[in-house]
Amino acid sequence: MKILVAVKRVVDYNVKVRVKADGTGVETANVKMSMNPFDEIAVEEAVRLKEAGKATEIVVVSVGPTQAQETLRTALAMGADRAILVQHDGETQSLGVAKALKALAEKEQPGLVILGKQAIDDDANQTGQMLAALLGWAQGTFASKVVPAEGTVAVTREIDGGLETVELKLPAVVTTDLRLNEPRYASLPNIMKAKKKPLEVVDAVGLGVDLTPRLKTLKVVEPAKRAGGIKVGSVEELVAKLKTEARVI
Amino acid sequence: MTTILVIAEPSAEGVKAPTLTTLGAAAKLGGAVHVLVLGQGVAGVADATAKIAGVAKVLVADAAELAHGLAENVAPLVVGLVKSGGYSHVLAPSTTFGKNVAPRVAALLDVAQISDITGVESPDTFTRPIYAGNAIATVQSLDPVKVATVRGTAFEAVQATGGSAAVEAVSGAADAGLSTFVGNEVSKSERPELTSARVIVSGGRGMQSGDNFHLLEALADKLGAAVGASRAAVDAGFVPNDYQVGQTGKIVAPELYIAVGISGAIQHLAGMKDSKVIVAINKDEEAPIFQIADYGLVADLFKAVPELTGQV
Repeated sequence: MKILVAVKRVVDYNVKVRVKADGTGVETANVKMSMNPFDEIAVEEAVRLKEAGKATEIVVVSVGPTQAQETLRTALAMGADRAILVQHDGETQSLGVAKALKALAEKEQPGLVILGKQAIDDDANQTGQMLAALLGWAQGTFASKVVPAEGTVAVTREIDGGLETVELKLPAVVTTDLRLNEPRYASLPNIMKAKKKPLEVVDAVGLGVDLTPRLKTLKVVEPAKRAGGIKVGSVEELVAKLKTEARVI
Repeated sequence: MTTILVIAEPSAEGVKAPTLTTLGAAAKLGGAVHVLVLGQGVAGVADATAKIAGVAKVLVADAAELAHGLAENVAPLVVGLVKSGGYSHVLAPSTTFGKNVAPRVAALLDVAQISDITGVESPDTFTRPIYAGNAIATVQSLDPVKVATVRGTAFEAVQATGGSAAVEAVSGAADAGLSTFVGNEVSKSERPELTSARVIVSGGRGMQSGDNFHLLEALADKLGAAVGASRAAVDAGFVPNDYQVGQTGKIVAPELYIAVGISGAIQHLAGMKDSKVIVAINKDEEAPIFQIADYGLVADLFKAVPELTGQV
């Protein structure tokens, strides 16, 4: 079974983002960029399935600017076999990306597509579900366990009340939650090897896909700040404040 | 004309809190509001939904194929209703159900989804948090149908009584043949649900073990509170995933949030910083949680929490 994994280049999760003064977005110039953490989990899961003999080939794909090639190389260093970049310099939104991934899935015919459940920049949490819809496939979102069998995959999902297990007909789309696995660090030899792995660059026009955004961002602002609080010296003082000042107990 | 289809949070037990807050967002849009109640054996829930203030019509889809809210079966039903009913908006709660189903609906309609809206500026313009709530974007949808998920803590719940909507059965539910429900492990608790609790007591890595959460449970029971946790505590296996408060867990905004042994990582703050009053108990006085806490107590939680339980 071939596995397609989609990854996104985002502002590194350790970076404290700053809203641009002109309100058009957040500052991304000279900011450390990395693979979306949920997508690292997706790559790791694919690599583990291959190591367990459940997958034969891992194709990692991204939709984004030239620099997203670095993100793809990271995935190759983790163990993916080859990469495809759909090069696009403008803004990417979930529906457009899902359409590009659909075109690639139709070409590559994977048994499973694995994506992060959301990207930590736009926090949309849509692309996997949209891809499954466009392909007419089943979707196992927010996965904490993925067990492929003959023609099906059992996916345990993190839901509001606890956990839920569904059985999906293959091919299917899976999106990863935090506790599916702990991604490995790529070793230096593997980083070197990844430089020689194939990386194909295509564009949306070639795929016959329209990436024009459907949502227009009118402005981006900082959230309202909480006024700073006080330190209390004892449990007694805390209880007194909660009772008489805040009046919440 | 604005006509809104709200997908109710599925439950055979009754009207759920996220349905009422999603209806709060619908009320801000203005226009006729219809609610889709789906599941198996939900006639009673449909009747209760018809009594919610401001609801013009309840559509009830009662079928075995909808029993577990599988997206593959729910989405085509919703798409059919949107096309036949001419709805301008589809709103779903930002629960794991809504987040699973709504994008599938949007893609089948070939429209974008606006995720996790926290404000309604106009019928096509919404505010929503990005970058874990470190920035707030105002976005305008250019699509004919607006599909959005609604962050419950950002909107007032509508009154559960006072309405008298018509209830109409809808057919057309079918098994897409793509997925089956195998089973679930749902946490049973006598305490309030995290997303609707008035008070929440949350523990972090500082709790050191799952067993130590009984300290928080004792405090929670005195306060009638729900018990939550940081991602670190869930990752460490102290408590199950459904306890998690944060960017990727539950978003909460209770009247009182007591953070115990929680350092205050950005992704945790994203899930609770809209709480009315925040209390932090941590032995590390440099912990970032103190920067947003209304009342901070630098103390050993293993002494302070039992003391607090004794005094409230």
